[in-house]
Amino acid sequence: MAQSSQATGGLASVPALLQRNATLFADKDAYREKEFGIWQSWTWADTHKEIEALALGLINLGVNEGDFIAIIGRNRPHFYWSMVAAQCVGAVPVPVYQDSAAEEMEYILSHCGARYAIVQDQEQVDKIIDIQDNLHQFEHMIYIDQRGMRKYDHHQLHRFVDIQEQGRAAFHELSGDLKKRQDKLDYDSTCVMLYTSGTTGKPKGVVLSNRNVIESAKNSSEFDNLNAGDEILAYLPMAWVGDFIFSVGQAYWCGFCVNCPESAETMMTDLREIGPTYYFAPPRVFETQLTNVMIRMEDAGKFKRKMFHKYMEHAKKVGGDILDGKPVAFGDRLKYAIGNVLVYGPLKDTLGFGRVRVGYTAGEAIGPEIFEFYRSLGINLKQLYGQTEATVFITAQPDGEVRADTVGVPSPDVEIKIADNGEIFYRSPGTFVEYYKNPESTASTKDAEGWVATGDAGFFEENTGHLRIIDRAKDVGKMADGSMFAPKYVENKLKFYPDILEAVLFGNGKDHCVAFINIDLTAVGNWAERNNIAYASYQELAGHPRVLDTIQTHVEAVNKSVAVDPMLAGCQIHRFLVLHKELDADDGEMTRTRKVRRVIVADKFNDLVEALYAGSPTVSTVTEVTYEDGRKGSISATLDLRDAKVVSTAQQVAAE
Amino acid sequence: MSAQESYVTEDGRTIGPTVMEMKNITLRFGGVKAITDISFDIREGEIRAIIGPNGAGKSSMLNVISGFYIPQDGEVWYKGEKRPPMKPYEVAQQGIARTFQNIALFEGMSVLDNVMTGRMRQMQSGMLAQALWRGKAEKEEVENREAVEKIIDFLEIQAIRKTPVARLPYGLKKRVELARALAAEPSILLLDEPMAGMNVEEKEDMSRFILDVNDEFGTTIALIEHDMGVVMDLSDRVVVMDYGKKIGDGTPDEVRSNQAVIDAYLGVAHD
Repeated sequence: MAQSSQATGGLASVPALLQRNATLFADKDAYREKEFGIWQSWTWADTHKEIEALALGLINLGVNEGDFIAIIGRNRPHFYWSMVAAQCVGAVPVPVYQDSAAEEMEYILSHCGARYAIVQDQEQVDKIIDIQDNLHQFEHMIYIDQRGMRKYDHHQLHRFVDIQEQGRAAFHELSGDLKKRQDKLDYDSTCVMLYTSGTTGKPKGVVLSNRNVIESAKNSSEFDNLNAGDEILAYLPMAWVGDFIFSVGQAYWCGFCVNCPESAETMMTDLREIGPTYYFAPPRVFETQLTNVMIRMEDAGKFKRKMFHKYMEHAKKVGGDILDGKPVAFGDRLKYAIGNVLVYGPLKDTLGFGRVRVGYTAGEAIGPEIFEFYRSLGINLKQLYGQTEATVFITAQPDGEVRADTVGVPSPDVEIKIADNGEIFYRSPGTFVEYYKNPESTASTKDAEGWVATGDAGFFEENTGHLRIIDRAKDVGKMADGSMFAPKYVENKLKFYPDILEAVLFGNGKDHCVAFINIDLTAVGNWAERNNIAYASYQELAGHPRVLDTIQTHVEAVNKSVAVDPMLAGCQIHRFLVLHKELDADDGEMTRTRKVRRVIVADKFNDLVEALYAGSPTVSTVTEVTYEDGRKGSISATLDLRDAKVVSTAQQVAAE
Repeated sequence: MSAQESYVTEDGRTIGPTVMEMKNITLRFGGVKAITDISFDIREGEIRAIIGPNGAGKSSMLNVISGFYIPQDGEVWYKGEKRPPMKPYEVAQQGIARTFQNIALFEGMSVLDNVMTGRMRQMQSGMLAQALWRGKAEKEEVENREAVEKIIDFLEIQAIRKTPVARLPYGLKKRVELARALAAEPSILLLDEPMAGMNVEEKEDMSRFILDVNDEFGTTIALIEHDMGVVMDLSDRVVVMDYGKKIGDGTPDEVRSNQAVIDAYLGVAHD
């Protein structure tokens, strides 16, 4: 793709955007942080001064162009300044997850050869001191929080404020140098380097240029009409590309204000106080908030509870349509307006979403019920699909075309193609420069023409042009009749039911699919309690006929929704069983991050899979389990195997 | 033991001369002798522990220091002067703050308000002025709130600032008590079993805070505790009591190897 080397309006770097904002939005707040119970704020003019002082201090300390500076801490204005100050002096900021263990930090710091680190507090200082012997290039550390630091040897350890002070003192000697360095920055110079967590192997350093960051920020800001009046709350890890784009890229491009919470625990209170207009959260955050609301409503008075449920019912019916600007009857609109005064408005305020104009969720599939709940309240929650290598944006949902099961249309300037095996490839101005010091990985991910492999499989819906993600490409297989087998797509649908904790779908190369299901002990246990069903163990509850009935209705509902899609209709579940034990990382059935290890599960429970395909009504099995202390034991069980109704489609006739 | 020279500990803290000295303290309740002829001193900037089995008289000792009990015999010397018998609030005014073994917070009030009560000593304006919130009262409130916020930040309890104390778990209540005591900017901080009833993690947190308070504000700390492990790790010097008598006094290492202490803790065979 032809890329212009000319930046938009001569703004070729983040420091250049800072210069612009310091004049254009001089008296407008750029950063706020709650400290000592009060929101402290810095205007763009203040921010410029802070960053300049720090940049001069860094030069004074000996930072060279091309050096790497690790940034380790929670979201605070100081760290955002540090990143921009590093860019100003021609160095490359490398934000690192602050909860990384010392060894992980060691890998990253030695891989990029960081000479400097700007860190939060004693905890991070201690970690780096621990690994310092193995970091040959490492020289100086700058810390922000002085607590407990007095006793440390300060030869190579500096207070943030002191570095700024030295920078101010050296203004006359060094400002010329700083200007020279800043003028050298262009669209191709490195803006930031972010390490991706990497599910396989060691983390890789993704190099993003100013072009990547500024073009992505510009396009996405225009897509959602973000402007200087917006407010965001920066609470997601600074080492994650999303935070960098929202809190640096878009914030500098638009000139909006970045608010930093007082601490991780006060995030919800701070969210409420700030009332951001632009908000991002992974599905997990929305889920937790919804659960909290529901629990609190259960505890509320009878009148309030009734009112809540009545109006939520109505919101479910028309809320989404009103938000999308679709025609809705006047009576329904009126009722929704009353609901807004009585329920939705106050609820949104409590959640801190009172002013949200644009909200995004991404990272994994979000339950449609959860998604619809927020949308029905009138919160413009949308989905996007992206990754670090794309500088976030690959697809996003435009206003008015929002659905729980797609990730939207290609973002502006992004080209997408789908390979024969279903894998998604993209090309955009945000496409990363390279993996640092890793040409092989760069070459295997990004081809000569700039197409990047995502590793995800998906397809475009014909009538809407929206992209749907099905699964990780390597997990996608083929059924015996050649139709697509996408286990995770079906499993996710099952897992959206609170009763179902895990599901594993089998069927690669077979003529129909079967599934294992794990019940969620908390949800099902709670249900059992309310229905006076006594049970002595997980196994007993999992095998209870009424539990099986409930699960069966879920499976059949999922079949119905899978069948809607002709491409995936073959993935309907013909038979299933509820496992007598929870899949567990101790038994090797899952990873420590709770991802099912398909192959191991298939192998270990081979007898059960065979029984499901053989069509037998019950099966007896003995399973080895590992206790937490490493001892081994075994559970024997007789499981009921159930048939589920499937929806017949044109190509396929139900087997049962 | 008299006022000695200052010295610097291994971890770089400066321990000053004696700030408080108990001389031959005896405390009786009717015929029961709670404390018998105990003497020890507390030096400026140190962490001084009082340990002993149940019923050894540790809390009584702390209550003597805080002025709650007046001993029948013996003298309390504070900052080089003999202290006349005084009421607990007068002791507090002298700069001695304490926490309680069974938490004595205002349950219905928020954490912030509880910690603010620790600033009473610093507030001069009258009740009427405070009620009207005019002039000096307003200025005072702002100043004191600022001091309190620094402590809230220090003890990392920002998230519960507005939460009523009654809703907090035990470990956090203990931390709020510490915050209130610190709000008084004491020169000596008395902690009565700061770690009682806590799990290992809460104990670790509390230990960290105690060390940080001592390190950051230079506050002298006297604490009672019966978790031996914690005491030995935290304190500079330890007094060991048993049945109201002092059976050991010295650095944790000295105390650990003291035969009388071992006997008191592990018991001795009666033959």
